[in-house]
Amino acid sequence: MRYSGLKVITEGLFGNKGWKPAWRDSAPKAEYDAIIIGGGGHGLSTAYYLAKNHGLTNIAVLEKGYLGSGNIGRNTTIVRANYFLQGNSEFYSHSMKLWEGLESELNYNVMHSQRGLINLFHSDGQRDAFARRGNAMINQGDDAILLDREGVREHLPYLDFEQTRFPIYGGLLHPRGGTARHDAVAWGYARGADRRGVDLIQNCEVTGIDIENGRVTGVQTTRGAIRAKKVGMVVAGRSSQVAAMAGMRLPIESHILQAFVTEGLKPVIDHVISFGMGHFYISQSDKGGLVFGGDLDFYASYASRGNLPMVEHVMEAGMTLMPMIGRAKVLRSWGGIMDMSPDGSPIIDKTHIDGLFVDCGWNYGGFKAVPASGWCMAHLMATGESHPVAARFKLNRFATGHILDEEGTGSQHNLH
Amino acid sequence: MRLTCPLCGERDRREFYYYGSDDYLNRPSEGAAPDAWDDYLHLRTNPAGITHDLWYHDMGCSSWLRVTRNTVTHEIHAVEAIAAPKASARGAAK
Repeated sequence: MRYSGLKVITEGLFGNKGWKPAWRDSAPKAEYDAIIIGGGGHGLSTAYYLAKNHGLTNIAVLEKGYLGSGNIGRNTTIVRANYFLQGNSEFYSHSMKLWEGLESELNYNVMHSQRGLINLFHSDGQRDAFARRGNAMINQGDDAILLDREGVREHLPYLDFEQTRFPIYGGLLHPRGGTARHDAVAWGYARGADRRGVDLIQNCEVTGIDIENGRVTGVQTTRGAIRAKKVGMVVAGRSSQVAAMAGMRLPIESHILQAFVTEGLKPVIDHVISFGMGHFYISQSDKGGLVFGGDLDFYASYASRGNLPMVEHVMEAGMTLMPMIGRAKVLRSWGGIMDMSPDGSPIIDKTHIDGLFVDCGWNYGGFKAVPASGWCMAHLMATGESHPVAARFKLNRFATGHILDEEGTGSQHNLH
Repeated sequence: MRLTCPLCGERDRREFYYYGSDDYLNRPSEGAAPDAWDDYLHLRTNPAGITHDLWYHDMGCSSWLRVTRNTVTHEIHAVEAIAAPKASARGAAK
């Protein structure tokens, strides 16, 4: 069923009885051409582009819970292409272009809102670093505008410009940056994949990966064995556990990232804003809640909830930057499980096992990457070759020294 | 989360710096194959459950600690000083 304004009106006139489920509830077949483990944003977009770009429709997505039940279901929804390093910048630039056409591509309202992202800086050194980053973004073909203090004040008059400890020197404005409706992205890709014949199999946990003579032959699941010559592991948050079924150890350590949502307020914050002194970023959802977060809790964890020191840090940073939010009540907070790679960049690559591919290590930046990650993982699974914009996301780059350390903090899991 | 330092007693998590898995204690010997170094520095078992990791009592006694804890529940099972076994080994050799 194609969605349209006309469809909404005619269904409204006739009691909304004509709507159908957005995707089938498929049962697993005995064999597929390819299997994707993980029905989150990245897994569903991989399935969609395998079907659309490469004509592979006899494929299945296996999901342990329900579709979109991991980090795509809870995140701070920021979409941006403001990376500095070659290897990252072309990838996120590609993703941004896919975002900009995503709604007509999927015939689904993902509420992509290019409201502009402003990264604030608070010293001369930070200004130089942001000017350099902005130039890199422009060279990549994306947009960046360096704002001085008065330029920031025009956009964000409510910041605390007068305080002396972290004076606001200016900001780097990325006008095409913004937010999107996270669940709708998963649902849109799921519906698009389903319409192209992909089987989306929920409540189907993979319990083993079958390997014979160095080749993958299929998977064992809670709903029986399924054969396939190609298997993609797209399970950020649980990458280490799934890879262990294939006897692999990944360069991943799982950490917790917390985020917070306030009660709904009238429109007050029009942009996505990040504070440059202490990790804090904020935007306002279409429902009115202020959505904000900060740094990792900085120790390995799968608890799906964080600890109080980081809650305190995030609140302090928010109050320092914009004291006006102090009277908003926090409605809820959560902790997402992040695949932290040693250099803070992702992995989309083959493994040493023929036919087994891995897409993992999204750190705390996986949401904006959903379209390009699926695009590039589909390219890799279909052709056996890395897509040019993801060619540096190699699994063995830590061994060979080709790390992609965007923050320049070092090649160690707890530093990003 | 609170850790009980063997020297200082129970302290807030904020006093400690987390370094990573106790894989870091098994440093390859000089001349080991590059794969052994990759394994040591980058590859992790990353368990969802009981794990052993290294913490440094930054704002306390400056001890390196090996913490046994559950990554799913945040329960702390044991905190041992890493230096202690080495000191006793030295004592035994005298």
